[in-house]
Amino acid sequence: MAQSLTVENLNAWYGDKQALYEINLHVLPAKITGIIGPSGCGKSTFIRCLNRLHEVVRGARVSGRVLLNGQDIYAPRADPVLLRQRIGMVFQKPNPFPTMSIFENVAAGPRLQGVRGAALHEVVERSLVQAGLWEEVRDRLSQSGASLSGGQQQRLCIARALAVNPEVLLMDEPCSALDPASTLRIEELMGSLKEHYTIVIVTHNMQQASRVADYTAFFLEGRLIEYGPTAELFTRPQDPRTESYITGRFG
Amino acid sequence: MPGKRLVLYGERAFGALTLGFALLVLVLIGGMVYYLIQGAAPALAEFGWRFLVSRRWDAVHEVFGALPFIYGTIASSLLALVLAVPLGVGAAVYLAELAPPWIRTPLSFMIELLAAVPSVVYGLWGLFVMAPWLRAVVEPWLERHLGFLPLFRGPAFGVGILAAGVVLAIMILPTISSVSREVMLAVPDSQREAMLALGATRWETTWKVVIPYGRSGIIGAVILGLGRALGETMAATMVIGNSLNMSLSLFHPANTMASIIVNEFAEAVTRLHTAALIEIAFILFLVTLILNVLARLLVWRVARGPRGLRRE
Repeated sequence: MAQSLTVENLNAWYGDKQALYEINLHVLPAKITGIIGPSGCGKSTFIRCLNRLHEVVRGARVSGRVLLNGQDIYAPRADPVLLRQRIGMVFQKPNPFPTMSIFENVAAGPRLQGVRGAALHEVVERSLVQAGLWEEVRDRLSQSGASLSGGQQQRLCIARALAVNPEVLLMDEPCSALDPASTLRIEELMGSLKEHYTIVIVTHNMQQASRVADYTAFFLEGRLIEYGPTAELFTRPQDPRTESYITGRFG
Repeated sequence: MPGKRLVLYGERAFGALTLGFALLVLVLIGGMVYYLIQGAAPALAEFGWRFLVSRRWDAVHEVFGALPFIYGTIASSLLALVLAVPLGVGAAVYLAELAPPWIRTPLSFMIELLAAVPSVVYGLWGLFVMAPWLRAVVEPWLERHLGFLPLFRGPAFGVGILAAGVVLAIMILPTISSVSREVMLAVPDSQREAMLALGATRWETTWKVVIPYGRSGIIGAVILGLGRALGETMAATMVIGNSLNMSLSLFHPANTMASIIVNEFAEAVTRLHTAALIEIAFILFLVTLILNVLARLLVWRVARGPRGLRRE
């Protein structure tokens, strides 16, 4: 089930350096939300706060609340390990596990939850089908994930994230290391995935945001400047800074 | 411009000089191999392959077989690995993956300091502190519980293969732990984050991603440790008991290949006796050389990253 995410007064730091300031944002379920902004504006930090991966970095710290279907993921008793099974993530560079086969890469997440045998095969096949990779790899599931092309590796990583059956899928510039054809495939894929998943995608590519996102948020220097339906944000921006960014005056 | 040409000559001369230094190392190794083969020639001619499988080492009748020392070396080194690998890799996991920075630096420093202790000090400690304890406590206990194996049977001497194995384990611990730690630190964070993002704990991430990714480098660290254990002379000689007889029992005094050379070289008067000792040195040299090359290649492979996933 796709779930909504509500971010309230979110601040984030790396050591003494503050990276995010008082972010408030409501991510709608079963929609694609794009996060745009120039390099260093905090957009990657922002989505890493949504699955509590930000705090893995030494010296990193967060304040504020993030509600997943009404429950605060930063509540004292909330377990980041369980949370990450509900919120999947795809990274900037494809990062399959090179020592594991294609099958094992996708199986890694469900195995952690104790899925075995026929059920595991079913999950792996379903996830690869969802990621649009099944036809290309069905005959070589036992080969290393590193033997695939860059675009295929990224779809393998998407399949790996989907295999734990998350409610939200975070994508941190998933196409920045890929060629245009692979980028197109992944954008099409996102369109088909949003029925079942809430997707948050960070991108520095405004065209990509306008193509795939239903809602878009514009970040600048750690602050959320503007957030709204994509078409509106790109055609009638409310804030002059948004306007100068989308018209290409900086960034 | 004459000034410029002079600089150019200087540059070339410097290049040639340093090349000469680098080649000198190869010449030294080549010379050593030549000397060892030449020195061992009488024994090679007299005993052939029998040298490796014969248990008789008799200086009076000039019959030499190196099997007891080969066994002593292999048994004590493998024992050292059995003890040091879990400890060393475990310490490396803690230092690379779990320890907060204020513990990491001093602790790594102290473990590496173990490598700076002279081996004769380990030998003394082994002889006066550890061996009596092994004789009084450990060996009787082992015989009571594992005595059904020939390895743990027989009178407790204290000094012997077991004592050598324990001392060697302590001596190779810093090698194994510091090289494994370097290997684990070379594993990219993107790998850890990918696993954490699937809902894995730290422990699962280390076990299923970090160690497999660094596998060949960790094996390299273990082989480097093995190479050190095989060649270690002083400490092993002091605690192994220096017996020429061969017994499977780890409690029994024995000799390693290195210790027999140290023990007998000064008193080897006949040509054949000297040649037999040099042949042992040659075998030891070859084995440690091959192991070291292999280990470096494995460690190097991890630092470069696995095939198909090159880091830019």
